[in-house]
Amino acid sequence: MRDVTRRARQLVESGFTLLWVRGEITGFKSYRSGHWYFTLRDAEAQVRCVMWRSDNEHLRGSPEDGAEVFLEARPTLWEEKGEFRLTVRRLVPTAAGGLWQIQLERAKAALARDGLLDPARKRPLPTFPRRIAVVTSVDGAALRDIISVLTRRWPSVELWVVPTRVQGDGAETEICAALERVNRVPDLDLVIVGRGGGSAEDLWAFNSERVARAVAAVRVPTISAVGHETDIALTDLVADVRAPTPSAAAEAAVPDRVSVAGTLDGTALRLARALTTRLDVGDERLARTADRLTSAMVRDVERRRNALERLVGKLDALSPIKVLARGFAVARDDAGRVLRRVADFPPGADFRLTVSDGDVRARRLAGDA
Amino acid sequence: MSKKKKSFREELERLETIVRTLEEEDIELDEALQLFEEGVRRLKDARALLEESDLTVKRVLEAADGTLRAKNLDR
Repeated sequence: MRDVTRRARQLVESGFTLLWVRGEITGFKSYRSGHWYFTLRDAEAQVRCVMWRSDNEHLRGSPEDGAEVFLEARPTLWEEKGEFRLTVRRLVPTAAGGLWQIQLERAKAALARDGLLDPARKRPLPTFPRRIAVVTSVDGAALRDIISVLTRRWPSVELWVVPTRVQGDGAETEICAALERVNRVPDLDLVIVGRGGGSAEDLWAFNSERVARAVAAVRVPTISAVGHETDIALTDLVADVRAPTPSAAAEAAVPDRVSVAGTLDGTALRLARALTTRLDVGDERLARTADRLTSAMVRDVERRRNALERLVGKLDALSPIKVLARGFAVARDDAGRVLRRVADFPPGADFRLTVSDGDVRARRLAGDA
Repeated sequence: MSKKKKSFREELERLETIVRTLEEEDIELDEALQLFEEGVRRLKDARALLEESDLTVKRVLEAADGTLRAKNLDR
Protein backbone atom coordinates (compact mmCIF):
# COMPACT_ATOMS: atom_id res chain seq x y z
CA MET A 1 0.00 0.00 0.00
CA ARG A 2 2.56 2.50 1.14
CA ASP A 3 4.61 2.04 -1.99
CA VAL A 4 1.57 2.60 -4.17
CA THR A 5 0.51 5.83 -2.51
CA ARG A 6 4.09 7.08 -2.40
CA ARG A 7 4.60 6.45 -6.11
CA ALA A 8 1.23 8.03 -6.85
CA ARG A 9 2.24 11.10 -4.85
CA GLN A 10 5.55 11.36 -6.68
CA LEU A 11 3.74 11.07 -10.01
CA VAL A 12 1.24 13.77 -9.11
CA GLU A 13 3.85 16.14 -7.71
CA SER A 14 6.19 15.76 -10.66
CA GLY A 15 3.32 16.03 -13.13
CA PHE A 16 2.25 19.50 -12.03
CA THR A 17 3.98 22.73 -11.22
CA LEU A 18 2.55 25.42 -8.97
CA LEU A 19 -0.72 26.46 -10.62
CA TRP A 20 -3.60 28.85 -10.26
CA VAL A 21 -7.14 27.55 -9.99
CA ARG A 22 -10.45 29.27 -9.50
CA GLY A 23 -13.49 27.99 -7.64
CA GLU A 24 -15.91 28.28 -4.76
CA ILE A 25 -15.05 27.37 -1.21
CA THR A 26 -17.18 24.90 0.69
CA GLY A 27 -16.80 22.96 3.93
CA PHE A 28 -14.29 25.48 5.27
CA LYS A 29 -12.77 24.55 8.62
CA SER A 30 -9.98 26.20 10.56
CA TYR A 31 -8.34 23.89 13.07
CA ARG A 32 -6.86 24.86 16.39
CA SER A 33 -3.44 24.26 14.87
CA GLY A 34 -4.17 27.18 12.55
CA HIS A 35 -4.29 25.00 9.42
CA TRP A 36 -7.24 25.45 7.08
CA TYR A 37 -9.11 22.63 5.36
CA PHE A 38 -11.76 23.14 2.70
CA THR A 39 -13.05 21.95 -0.64
CA LEU A 40 -12.75 23.97 -3.81
CA ARG A 41 -15.41 23.30 -6.39
CA ASP A 42 -16.83 24.54 -9.62
CA ALA A 43 -19.69 23.23 -11.75
CA GLU A 44 -17.78 20.18 -12.90
CA ALA A 45 -15.26 19.16 -10.28
CA GLN A 46 -14.11 19.50 -6.73
CA VAL A 47 -10.91 18.94 -4.86
CA ARG A 48 -9.89 18.88 -1.19
CA CYS A 49 -7.48 21.64 -0.15
CA VAL A 50 -5.22 22.38 2.77
CA MET A 51 -3.61 25.70 3.57
CA TRP A 52 -0.98 25.52 6.29
CA ARG A 53 -0.88 28.09 9.02
CA SER A 54 2.47 29.44 7.81
CA ASP A 55 0.75 30.34 4.54
CA ASN A 56 -2.58 31.64 5.90
CA GLU A 57 -1.55 33.52 9.02
CA HIS A 58 -0.70 36.75 7.20
CA LEU A 59 -4.14 36.87 5.57
CA ARG A 60 -6.57 39.41 6.97
CA GLY A 61 -9.32 36.94 7.58
CA SER A 62 -10.62 33.57 6.68
CA PRO A 63 -12.92 32.92 3.72
CA GLU A 64 -16.52 31.92 4.14
CA ASP A 65 -18.29 29.07 2.46
CA GLY A 66 -19.53 30.21 -0.91
CA ALA A 67 -16.68 32.67 -1.44
CA GLU A 68 -15.16 32.57 -4.89
CA VAL A 69 -11.39 32.55 -4.82
CA PHE A 70 -8.23 32.16 -6.84
CA LEU A 71 -5.77 29.68 -5.35
CA GLU A 72 -2.14 29.26 -6.08
CA ALA A 73 -1.58 25.65 -5.20
CA ARG A 74 0.47 22.53 -5.74
CA PRO A 75 -1.40 19.27 -6.34
CA THR A 76 -0.36 16.39 -4.17
CA LEU A 77 -1.65 13.14 -2.82
CA TRP A 78 -2.30 12.65 0.86
CA GLU A 79 -0.92 9.23 1.43
CA GLU A 80 -2.68 8.43 4.71
CA LYS A 81 -6.08 8.81 3.07
CA GLY A 82 -5.11 8.11 -0.49
CA GLU A 83 -6.68 11.44 -1.30
CA PHE A 84 -5.82 13.81 -4.11
CA ARG A 85 -5.63 17.37 -2.87
CA LEU A 86 -4.16 20.84 -3.31
CA THR A 87 -1.64 22.41 -0.99
CA VAL A 88 -2.60 26.07 -1.17
CA ARG A 89 0.14 28.68 -1.01
CA ARG A 90 -1.90 31.75 -1.84
CA LEU A 91 -5.59 32.58 -1.63
CA VAL A 92 -7.11 35.65 -3.32
CA PRO A 93 -10.84 36.33 -3.19
CA THR A 94 -12.31 37.37 -6.52
CA ALA A 95 -14.81 39.75 -4.90
CA ALA A 96 -13.79 43.38 -4.46
CA GLY A 97 -12.22 43.82 -1.04
CA GLY A 98 -12.26 40.07 -0.69
CA LEU A 99 -11.31 38.57 2.62
CA TRP A 100 -10.80 41.93 4.21
CA GLN A 101 -14.34 42.88 3.41
CA ILE A 102 -15.64 39.65 4.87
CA GLN A 103 -13.57 40.13 7.99
CA LEU A 104 -14.65 43.75 8.27
CA GLU A 105 -18.32 42.86 7.99
CA ARG A 106 -17.93 40.25 10.71
CA ALA A 107 -16.20 42.71 13.03
CA LYS A 108 -18.81 45.36 12.30
CA ALA A 109 -21.59 42.93 13.16
CA ALA A 110 -19.87 42.02 16.43
CA LEU A 111 -19.44 45.69 17.39
CA ALA A 112 -23.06 46.41 16.49
CA ARG A 113 -24.21 43.50 18.66
CA ASP A 114 -22.43 45.06 21.61
CA GLY A 115 -24.04 48.43 20.92
CA LEU A 116 -20.73 50.11 20.09
CA LEU A 117 -22.02 51.57 16.82
CA ASP A 118 -25.07 53.12 18.46
CA PRO A 119 -25.25 56.83 17.54
CA ALA A 120 -26.55 57.53 21.06
CA ARG A 121 -23.09 56.60 22.36
CA LYS A 122 -21.47 59.55 20.59
CA ARG A 123 -20.24 62.17 23.00
CA PRO A 124 -19.91 65.87 22.14
CA LEU A 125 -16.39 67.26 21.86
CA PRO A 126 -15.29 69.83 24.46
CA THR A 127 -15.43 73.44 23.21
CA PHE A 128 -12.07 74.58 24.54
CA PRO A 129 -9.89 71.55 25.24
CA ARG A 130 -6.73 72.16 27.23
CA ARG A 131 -5.05 68.81 26.86
CA ILE A 132 -5.33 66.61 23.79
CA ALA A 133 -3.71 63.21 23.32
CA VAL A 134 -2.85 61.86 19.90
CA VAL A 135 -2.29 58.16 19.25
CA THR A 136 -0.21 57.85 16.11
CA SER A 137 3.30 57.30 14.81
CA VAL A 138 5.78 59.84 16.12
CA ASP A 139 7.43 60.10 12.68
CA GLY A 140 4.26 60.18 10.62
CA ALA A 141 2.77 62.89 8.45
CA ALA A 142 -0.37 62.74 10.63
CA LEU A 143 1.46 64.13 13.67
CA ARG A 144 3.10 66.91 11.63
CA ASP A 145 -0.26 67.91 10.17
CA ILE A 146 -1.96 67.93 13.56
CA ILE A 147 0.80 70.03 15.13
CA SER A 148 0.62 72.51 12.28
CA VAL A 149 -3.16 72.95 12.49
CA LEU A 150 -3.17 73.27 16.30
CA THR A 151 -0.36 75.84 16.15
CA ARG A 152 -2.39 77.93 13.73
CA ARG A 153 -5.80 77.61 15.35
CA TRP A 154 -5.38 77.15 19.08
CA PRO A 155 -1.78 76.90 20.29
CA SER A 156 -2.63 77.31 23.97
CA VAL A 157 -3.56 73.62 24.01
CA GLU A 158 -1.19 70.93 25.26
CA LEU A 159 -0.64 68.00 22.91
CA TRP A 160 0.40 64.67 24.43
CA VAL A 161 1.74 62.28 21.83
CA VAL A 162 1.28 58.61 22.70
CA PRO A 163 3.54 56.98 20.11
CA THR A 164 2.66 53.73 18.42
CA ARG A 165 3.42 51.95 15.21
CA VAL A 166 0.42 52.25 12.91
CA GLN A 167 1.17 49.54 10.38
CA GLY A 168 2.93 46.23 10.08
CA ASP A 169 3.12 43.26 12.42
CA GLY A 170 2.27 44.11 15.97
CA ALA A 171 0.71 47.48 15.12
CA GLU A 172 -2.70 46.40 16.42
CA THR A 173 -1.28 45.39 19.78
CA GLU A 174 0.70 48.61 20.04
CA ILE A 175 -2.28 50.81 19.19
CA CYS A 176 -4.39 49.02 21.81
CA ALA A 177 -1.65 49.53 24.42
CA ALA A 178 -1.36 53.22 23.49
CA LEU A 179 -5.13 53.67 23.84
CA GLU A 180 -5.00 52.05 27.24
CA ARG A 181 -2.23 54.51 28.21
CA VAL A 182 -4.42 57.37 27.04
CA ASN A 183 -6.90 56.38 29.75
CA ARG A 184 -4.20 57.09 32.31
CA VAL A 185 -3.24 60.57 31.07
CA PRO A 186 -4.38 63.05 33.76
CA ASP A 187 -6.78 65.94 32.99
CA LEU A 188 -7.28 64.80 29.43
CA ASP A 189 -10.05 66.41 27.36
CA LEU A 190 -9.87 64.66 24.01
CA VAL A 191 -8.09 61.98 21.96
CA ILE A 192 -7.22 61.86 18.28
CA VAL A 193 -6.34 58.41 16.93
CA GLY A 194 -5.23 57.81 13.39
CA ARG A 195 -2.63 58.02 10.67
CA GLY A 196 -2.04 59.56 7.27
CA GLY A 197 -2.92 57.98 3.95
CA GLY A 198 -1.56 54.69 2.71
CA SER A 199 -2.54 51.51 0.96
CA ALA A 200 -5.49 49.49 2.23
CA GLU A 201 -2.98 47.14 3.81
CA ASP A 202 -1.22 50.05 5.56
CA LEU A 203 -4.50 51.22 7.06
CA TRP A 204 -5.58 47.77 8.10
CA ALA A 205 -4.76 48.00 11.80
CA PHE A 206 -7.56 50.57 12.12
CA ASN A 207 -10.00 47.99 10.80
CA SER A 208 -9.14 45.57 13.56
CA GLU A 209 -12.00 44.74 15.88
CA ARG A 210 -9.60 44.76 18.82
CA VAL A 211 -8.42 48.30 18.02
CA ALA A 212 -12.01 49.46 17.48
CA ARG A 213 -12.98 48.11 20.90
CA ALA A 214 -9.99 49.89 22.47
CA VAL A 215 -11.15 53.15 20.88
CA ALA A 216 -14.65 52.59 22.25
CA ALA A 217 -13.17 52.07 25.73
CA VAL A 218 -11.43 55.46 25.84
CA ARG A 219 -12.98 57.49 28.65
CA VAL A 220 -12.81 60.91 26.95
CA PRO A 221 -14.28 61.93 23.58
CA THR A 222 -12.44 60.48 20.59
CA ILE A 223 -11.78 61.57 17.01
CA SER A 224 -10.74 58.93 14.50
CA ALA A 225 -8.82 60.06 11.42
CA VAL A 226 -7.48 57.37 9.15
CA GLY A 227 -5.99 57.97 5.73
CA HIS A 228 -7.63 60.17 3.13
CA GLU A 229 -11.19 61.42 2.71
CA THR A 230 -12.47 58.25 1.10
CA ASP A 231 -11.00 55.76 3.54
CA ILE A 232 -13.41 54.66 6.23
CA ALA A 233 -12.00 52.49 8.96
CA LEU A 234 -13.69 50.55 11.73
CA THR A 235 -12.29 52.99 14.29
CA ASP A 236 -14.19 55.76 12.45
CA LEU A 237 -17.43 54.00 13.28
CA VAL A 238 -16.86 53.68 17.02
CA ALA A 239 -15.17 57.05 17.63
CA ASP A 240 -17.31 59.99 18.74
CA VAL A 241 -16.30 61.93 15.62
CA ARG A 242 -14.90 60.70 12.32
CA ALA A 243 -12.54 63.12 10.61
CA PRO A 244 -11.60 62.57 6.96
CA THR A 245 -7.91 63.35 7.58
CA PRO A 246 -5.62 64.01 10.56
CA SER A 247 -5.62 67.74 9.68
CA ALA A 248 -9.41 67.74 9.75
CA ALA A 249 -9.29 65.99 13.14
CA ALA A 250 -7.19 68.85 14.53
CA GLU A 251 -9.63 71.36 13.02
CA ALA A 252 -12.53 69.60 14.73
CA ALA A 253 -10.64 69.37 18.03
CA VAL A 254 -10.08 73.08 18.72
CA PRO A 255 -11.79 76.39 17.97
CA ASP A 256 -10.22 78.93 15.67
CA ARG A 257 -8.63 81.74 17.64
CA VAL A 258 -9.42 84.30 14.93
CA SER A 259 -13.14 83.69 15.31
CA VAL A 260 -12.88 83.56 19.11
CA ALA A 261 -11.05 86.90 18.95
CA GLY A 262 -14.04 88.23 17.01
CA THR A 263 -16.36 87.06 19.78
CA LEU A 264 -14.16 88.79 22.35
CA ASP A 265 -14.26 92.00 20.30
CA GLY A 266 -18.04 91.88 20.40
CA THR A 267 -17.99 91.30 24.15
CA ALA A 268 -15.62 94.24 24.62
CA LEU A 269 -17.95 96.54 22.70
CA ARG A 270 -20.98 95.44 24.68
CA LEU A 271 -19.07 95.89 27.90
CA ALA A 272 -18.07 99.42 26.93
CA ARG A 273 -21.59 100.36 25.85
CA ALA A 274 -23.19 98.84 28.92
CA LEU A 275 -20.93 100.87 31.17
CA THR A 276 -21.33 104.16 29.31
CA THR A 277 -25.10 103.72 29.52
CA ARG A 278 -24.80 102.83 33.18
CA LEU A 279 -22.62 105.80 34.01
CA ASP A 280 -24.96 107.98 32.04
CA VAL A 281 -21.93 109.98 30.97
CA GLY A 282 -23.53 110.59 27.61
CA ASP A 283 -20.14 110.25 26.03
CA GLU A 284 -21.21 110.03 22.41
CA ARG A 285 -17.65 110.03 21.31
CA LEU A 286 -16.98 106.63 22.82
CA ALA A 287 -20.05 105.15 21.18
CA ARG A 288 -19.04 106.63 17.84
CA THR A 289 -15.54 105.28 18.25
CA ALA A 290 -17.04 101.89 19.01
CA ASP A 291 -19.16 102.04 15.84
CA ARG A 292 -16.20 102.96 13.73
CA LEU A 293 -14.27 100.14 15.34
CA THR A 294 -17.04 97.72 14.44
CA SER A 295 -16.77 98.44 10.73
CA ALA A 296 -12.98 98.46 10.84
CA MET A 297 -13.08 95.08 12.52
CA VAL A 298 -15.10 93.53 9.78
CA ARG A 299 -12.51 94.57 7.24
CA ASP A 300 -9.31 93.42 8.76
CA VAL A 301 -8.51 91.05 11.56
CA GLU A 302 -5.08 92.50 12.24
CA ARG A 303 -6.37 96.06 12.28
CA ARG A 304 -9.20 94.90 14.45
CA ARG A 305 -6.73 93.67 16.99
CA ASN A 306 -4.99 97.07 17.19
CA ALA A 307 -8.31 98.83 17.28
CA LEU A 308 -9.41 96.68 20.15
CA GLU A 309 -6.31 97.62 22.08
CA ARG A 310 -7.20 101.26 21.61
CA LEU A 311 -10.70 100.52 22.74
CA VAL A 312 -9.47 98.70 25.81
CA GLY A 313 -7.36 101.80 26.49
CA LYS A 314 -10.55 103.86 26.41
CA LEU A 315 -12.30 101.40 28.65
CA ASP A 316 -9.43 101.68 31.04
CA ALA A 317 -9.95 105.43 31.11
CA LEU A 318 -13.36 104.75 32.60
CA SER A 319 -12.06 102.74 35.52
CA PRO A 320 -12.73 104.23 38.99
CA ILE A 321 -9.21 105.63 39.39
CA LYS A 322 -9.51 107.45 36.09
CA VAL A 323 -12.99 108.65 37.01
CA LEU A 324 -11.52 110.19 40.14
CA ALA A 325 -8.84 111.85 38.02
CA ARG A 326 -11.63 113.57 36.13
CA GLY A 327 -12.70 115.30 39.34
CA PHE A 328 -15.14 112.90 40.94
CA ALA A 329 -14.73 111.85 44.57
CA VAL A 330 -15.94 108.87 46.55
CA ALA A 331 -17.25 109.34 50.09
CA ARG A 332 -16.79 106.45 52.52
CA ASP A 333 -17.46 106.05 56.23
CA ASP A 334 -14.81 104.75 58.64
CA ALA A 335 -15.82 101.19 57.86
CA GLY A 336 -15.10 101.84 54.18
CA ARG A 337 -18.76 101.74 53.08
CA VAL A 338 -19.55 104.00 50.15
CA LEU A 339 -21.92 106.82 51.16
CA ARG A 340 -24.45 107.41 48.44
CA ARG A 341 -27.40 109.33 49.91
CA VAL A 342 -27.91 112.28 52.16
CA ALA A 343 -29.25 109.83 54.73
CA ASP A 344 -25.86 108.13 54.77
CA PHE A 345 -24.39 111.30 56.31
CA PRO A 346 -25.71 111.84 59.86
CA PRO A 347 -25.22 115.51 60.90
CA GLY A 348 -21.76 115.99 62.31
CA ALA A 349 -20.57 112.59 61.05
CA ASP A 350 -16.95 112.10 60.03
CA PHE A 351 -16.25 110.52 56.67
CA ARG A 352 -13.44 110.19 54.13
CA LEU A 353 -13.31 111.54 50.62
CA THR A 354 -11.16 109.61 48.15
CA VAL A 355 -9.90 111.79 45.31
CA SER A 356 -7.45 110.94 42.57
CA ASP A 357 -4.27 111.10 44.65
CA GLY A 358 -5.44 110.13 48.14
CA ASP A 359 -7.97 110.57 50.93
CA VAL A 360 -9.12 113.64 52.87
CA ARG A 361 -11.04 113.58 56.12
CA ALA A 362 -14.34 115.43 56.14
CA ARG A 363 -17.32 116.12 58.37
CA ARG A 364 -20.91 116.96 57.61
CA LEU A 365 -21.83 120.39 59.01
CA ALA A 366 -24.23 119.99 61.90
CA GLY A 367 -26.63 122.65 60.67
CA ASP A 368 -26.73 121.38 57.10
CA ALA A 369 -30.22 120.59 55.90
CA MET B 1 -0.81 69.87 35.86
CA SER B 2 -2.44 72.61 33.84
CA LYS B 3 -1.22 76.02 34.84
CA LYS B 4 -4.46 77.87 34.07
CA LYS B 5 -6.82 77.82 36.99
CA LYS B 6 -9.96 78.51 35.00
CA SER B 7 -10.90 77.07 31.71
CA PHE B 8 -11.32 79.40 28.77
CA ARG B 9 -14.94 78.37 28.61
CA GLU B 10 -15.50 79.45 32.21
CA GLU B 11 -13.78 82.76 31.46
CA LEU B 12 -16.12 83.40 28.55
CA GLU B 13 -19.16 82.42 30.58
CA ARG B 14 -18.14 84.79 33.37
CA LEU B 15 -17.61 87.59 30.83
CA GLU B 16 -21.06 87.00 29.39
CA THR B 17 -22.58 87.15 32.88
CA ILE B 18 -20.78 90.43 33.57
CA VAL B 19 -21.95 92.03 30.34
CA ARG B 20 -25.53 90.87 30.83
CA THR B 21 -25.60 92.13 34.40
CA LEU B 22 -24.35 95.52 33.24
CA GLU B 23 -26.78 95.59 30.34
CA GLU B 24 -29.89 94.36 32.07
CA GLU B 25 -29.75 94.82 35.79
CA ASP B 26 -30.20 97.88 37.88
CA ILE B 27 -27.11 97.72 40.05
CA GLU B 28 -25.21 100.19 42.17
CA LEU B 29 -22.57 102.31 40.52
CA ASP B 30 -19.61 100.93 42.41
CA GLU B 31 -20.75 97.39 41.72
CA ALA B 32 -21.05 98.30 38.05
CA LEU B 33 -17.53 99.71 38.09
CA GLN B 34 -16.20 96.64 39.82
CA LEU B 35 -17.85 94.38 37.26
CA PHE B 36 -16.52 96.53 34.47
CA GLU B 37 -12.98 96.34 35.80
CA GLU B 38 -13.28 92.59 36.19
CA GLY B 39 -14.57 92.41 32.63
CA VAL B 40 -11.65 94.40 31.25
CA ARG B 41 -9.23 92.21 33.20
CA ARG B 42 -10.79 89.01 31.93
CA LEU B 43 -10.85 90.30 28.36
CA LYS B 44 -7.15 91.01 28.61
CA ASP B 45 -6.46 87.55 30.05
CA ALA B 46 -8.56 85.89 27.37
CA ARG B 47 -6.81 87.83 24.64
CA ALA B 48 -3.41 86.98 26.13
CA LEU B 49 -4.35 83.30 25.86
CA LEU B 50 -5.21 83.79 22.19
CA GLU B 51 -1.87 85.47 21.62
CA GLU B 52 0.04 82.42 22.84
CA SER B 53 1.87 81.03 19.87
CA ASP B 54 3.94 78.10 21.09
CA LEU B 55 2.13 74.81 21.06
CA THR B 56 3.30 72.52 23.87
CA VAL B 57 3.98 69.04 22.52
CA LYS B 58 4.88 66.25 24.91
CA ARG B 59 5.74 62.67 24.31
CA VAL B 60 4.23 60.15 26.69
CA LEU B 61 6.62 57.55 28.04
CA GLU B 62 5.74 54.63 30.25
CA ALA B 63 8.15 53.63 33.02
CA ALA B 64 8.78 50.01 33.94
CA ASP B 65 6.39 50.34 36.90
CA GLY B 66 3.60 51.47 34.58
CA THR B 67 3.62 55.15 35.51
CA LEU B 68 3.39 57.66 32.69
CA ARG B 69 5.79 60.53 32.12
CA ALA B 70 5.41 63.34 29.64
CA LYS B 71 8.61 64.69 28.12
CA ASN B 72 8.81 67.65 25.77
CA LEU B 73 9.00 66.34 22.25
CA ASP B 74 11.96 67.52 20.20
CA ARG B 75 10.71 69.01 16.99
